[in-house]
Amino acid sequence: MAVSLLSPFTPQALWALRAGDQVLLSGVVYTARDAAHARFCDALGKGEPLPVDLRGQTIFYAGPTPTPPGRSSGSIGPTTSVRMDPYTPQLLRYGVRAVIGKGDRGSAARDAFTANGAVYFVAIGGCAAYMASCVKSVEVVAYDDLGTESVKRLTVENMPLIVAIDTLGHNAYVDGQARYLRDFATDIR
Amino acid sequence: METLRTITSDEIAECVARLCVRACNELPAAVYALLCAARDAEPYPPARETLALICENVCTAAAQPMPICQDTGMTVVFAEVGQNVHITGDTLENAVNAGVTRGYTEGYLRKSVVADPFRRSNTGDNTPAVLHVRLTAGDRLKLTVCPKGFGSENMSRLAMLTPADGLEGVKAFVLETVRLAGANPCPPMMLGVGIGGTFEQVALLAKEALAELREGPHPDPFYDRLEKELLAQINRMGIGPQGFGGLTTALSVRIKAAPTHIAGLPVAVNMGCHVTRRASETL
Ligand code: SF4
Repeated sequence: MAVSLLSPFTPQALWALRAGDQVLLSGVVYTARDAAHARFCDALGKGEPLPVDLRGQTIFYAGPTPTPPGRSSGSIGPTTSVRMDPYTPQLLRYGVRAVIGKGDRGSAARDAFTANGAVYFVAIGGCAAYMASCVKSVEVVAYDDLGTESVKRLTVENMPLIVAIDTLGHNAYVDGQARYLRDFATDIR
Repeated sequence: METLRTITSDEIAECVARLCVRACNELPAAVYALLCAARDAEPYPPARETLALICENVCTAAAQPMPICQDTGMTVVFAEVGQNVHITGDTLENAVNAGVTRGYTEGYLRKSVVADPFRRSNTGDNTPAVLHVRLTAGDRLKLTVCPKGFGSENMSRLAMLTPADGLEGVKAFVLETVRLAGANPCPPMMLGVGIGGTFEQVALLAKEALAELREGPHPDPFYDRLEKELLAQINRMGIGPQGFGGLTTALSVRIKAAPTHIAGLPVAVNMGCHVTRRASETL
């Protein structure tokens, strides 16, 4: 059974989540990929404010296709998270509370989630037409010059996610593969 | 004297534009069939659910129509040009790029290409395409558009092995590539493996092996066995759909081999994801 959640989150809402939990996410999330992350950390390094206040917010590593006329969103889905690892500790320290991407993280990024009480969610990669139906609005809020990589505010409804790293540091990749190999792999082949 | 057949650069551009949109919105039936079969065979319930959602997404994309994946890729184009084709108007390369511009703009596809690896300004229309041209017999022009997403492309690898490394060396390299890729290339993966040739040729062989979406067994029983063995070994790793565990780590392994040097055993793996797209038309 999937848990329904609303973003932005209270810290308590995240404490209750466990790696492997299925989530239906509603509320507001902000897109940012490689180029926007570089700019965020550049600004933070100089002690400047970010163009949008992301403290307490959720970042979605995503660059959607353009929104066709008459639709609320183009196709949208996660990009590979590990490329954002160099920026993740700094952004979580700054106050970003959750991120959405795909793929496992390096050890420094993993630790940063636990250290900051943040959660790493994963969306299924390559299900972008389906995910578009969960996006109710898309609005560019910063770095318009980056095109698909600009920062966009999305309103989402029941977006299916999996908790990949919880606030205690459990990891759904490690646990899921171990569980499959232990309990399911033997009775085939 | 053989007569030349004229094809205008506009016809080529129109065709490429159509193919870009079709490739991004409609998954080839052969890939969809592999996905459905994998879903039905998957013993691990969470993995089966993931595969079911992936299958559903393919249908949603085709019905809307809209892109299957938001990464509508860098546009790889194969042009097989008959020697008796006379292209008028612009050059083949310009015609293909004009088609990419049109397809990606009018088709609401994502523009994911930057002009320079370091200065990284977006070209705004997904050009330039990566164009591979081959001259063939006859007076037809076959165009194949393969948009390639970089979640999987980034997980590709190449090695210049030596003859002593042999079959075991090649197998170990392929399996290591899958292990290193893990959850990143949106498993279930599809692998194109090039073996032989030179440094640049082996990469192209791997790309072709992935892009051709060959149905049926490899014509050479030796490589047929190797493909099946590699697929079986990959699907014993337990990575599973999206990396959360399961039987279905890869949907297919396709090999293309070519003559090589007495001193060499080049091998390349072009990593593909479950959105391995292509669309093709002959003018
Ligand atoms: S790896 Fe494939 S399915 Fe995943 S985001 Fe890239 S193109 Fe899409």
